[in-house]
Amino acid sequence: MSPADPSPALRPSRGAGISLLRSEIVVLFRRTRTIALLGALALIPVLLAVAVRVASDDSDGGGDGPAFLGDITQNGLFVSLTALTVAIPLFLPLTVGVVAGDTIAGEAGLGTLRYLLVSPVGRVRLLLVKYAGAALFCLAGTLVVVVFGAIAGAALFPIGPVTLLSGQTIGYGDYALRMLLMALYVTVSLLGLSAIGLFISTLTSVPVGAMAATIVLSTVSQILDALPQLDALDPWLFTHHWLGFADFLRDPVVWSNLADNALLQGGYIIVFGALAWARFTTKDILS
Amino acid sequence: MRTRWSPLRRHRPSDLRRVTTAPPATGSTSSLAIETSSLTKSFGRQKAVADLDLAVPTGSVYGFLGPNGSGKTSTIRMLLGLTSASSGDIRLLGGSMPGDARDVLPRVGALVEGPAFYPFLSGRANLQRLDAADRSAPASTRSSRVDAALDRVGLSHAASKKAHAYSLGMKQRLGIANALLMPRDLLVLDEPSNGLDPQGTREVRTLIRSLADEGTTVFVSSHLLAEVEQMCTHIGVMSAGRLLTQGTLDDLRALGLHRVRVLTPDADAARDVLRRLGLSPEAGVRSTDPPDSRAGATRVEADLVVEGLSPESIVAALVAADVRVRGFEVAGASLEDRFVDLTGEGFDVAG
Repeated sequence: MSPADPSPALRPSRGAGISLLRSEIVVLFRRTRTIALLGALALIPVLLAVAVRVASDDSDGGGDGPAFLGDITQNGLFVSLTALTVAIPLFLPLTVGVVAGDTIAGEAGLGTLRYLLVSPVGRVRLLLVKYAGAALFCLAGTLVVVVFGAIAGAALFPIGPVTLLSGQTIGYGDYALRMLLMALYVTVSLLGLSAIGLFISTLTSVPVGAMAATIVLSTVSQILDALPQLDALDPWLFTHHWLGFADFLRDPVVWSNLADNALLQGGYIIVFGALAWARFTTKDILS
Repeated sequence: MRTRWSPLRRHRPSDLRRVTTAPPATGSTSSLAIETSSLTKSFGRQKAVADLDLAVPTGSVYGFLGPNGSGKTSTIRMLLGLTSASSGDIRLLGGSMPGDARDVLPRVGALVEGPAFYPFLSGRANLQRLDAADRSAPASTRSSRVDAALDRVGLSHAASKKAHAYSLGMKQRLGIANALLMPRDLLVLDEPSNGLDPQGTREVRTLIRSLADEGTTVFVSSHLLAEVEQMCTHIGVMSAGRLLTQGTLDDLRALGLHRVRVLTPDADAARDVLRRLGLSPEAGVRSTDPPDSRAGATRVEADLVVEGLSPESIVAALVAADVRVRGFEVAGASLEDRFVDLTGEGFDVAG
């Protein structure tokens, strides 16, 4: 049937299944929408740096803004940190919601889901690959904010050795390492939300609905976290540790927040991963 | 109801030798590419597919015919494991579905309810993506297999175009190319010529025939009788979720009433003879018939309603009564008449 026929007797011999993961990553990151999302994330630190620069030129010293913003004028390397703080409550969950909500529902909406399943990709394998793609996007989005923050900061402000929250001063190498750890922390923070998005995505063939629901949930969780009457709930909310990355600016680094966060996110991954699995492996694909 | 004798037909002498046998309903699974038993799919109280017993012989081109909404696509979705059956069993290429999907589906190429692609990817990238999903498809030959499949459906020139720029017909071709990425033992094609122009329809037909010649079993659904009649060896007719009949195309032609047609100058005598045999010849020449008076002969017709009355005995009776028989034919009604009889509704002939 095709000129390069392998002997039919040899089939079906299975490859390692890396092809689909590679394909998923290529399709995800070459897609205009994904590039636009990452571009928007890159704009956050750039706009922030420009705005602070303009403001500081005007008021000469500028002491009105929050403490972090003032720090930027002293050391451009703080732009990354500030941008992460700004991005985490809204912009990062927004982009992650788009990608995670699109995972299964997007394929269903296009109709390609049925062709993937008939190929056949096992349903579990498709879920895993889709989740891996969403997780990789979390990392990419976070790194974009950090890297563009560092570039914009270095371009617009003086840079120098960084003074930690605990008072010590560290060099560039040490700071870069800590920024990387912070990016990983934020990535881990977003994994629970990605799992929720993946589950919601198995419920519908309208990707926009899954995206919106995922984003709304991240906002609801943050609001619940902020209500003092619901303090008992706090440790269980997937957004509870989202701003805990400042721990990496202490010496010695406080790891307890990271451990709690990782445990919490792991719990969300297991629960919503299981829900997605239960739903998707038994679902009638009618799209 | 099935008549067991072979009808005389002027144009198809080979049919005389063909024995009308339905494919075995049970038993040797190896000879059946698709076999379902009591397959049922309910949505709420409504049954989309009810008690379906499909038997698609290996090597056949099986036309799955039925009006829109008769349960064809619902059946195909179950065959391919996209939906679960409410009850009943499915065997595909000797494996059980959906249990053996991992082993069976790589040997099956499918086009289900129209083609579907990533609009932002090129035609070639789309096929590479779908091929990557199949773990049994070797990555080393992916590019060459994709190009060969594109070439086979005549899309090589548009391979680099984004799929959203494709016309409906091109998408349909790309969908068929997707089904041909690997050598397949079975092709399940749901309405493969939807959206194609007459030229494209003919190409698809030729493609299906050449695939069948290579030994691939083809299961093709359609609501177009003419299409199925032109390329299929076997046929199954669906209506309202039920399989009304299945068998070879000739089986189906032989089903039901046959007509006796006598061409003779002695029309009145012929009518008398037919009447004596228990038939009720029509009074005059039917208006649809071409005037056949050039030899002074008239066409006398009657439905063959008497069980066991053989064509040769009619001829013998006619000759014995000194009727000058210039032409004689016993033929089934047209397939279209059959389907209207079976489904109680017309087929969308124009598509």
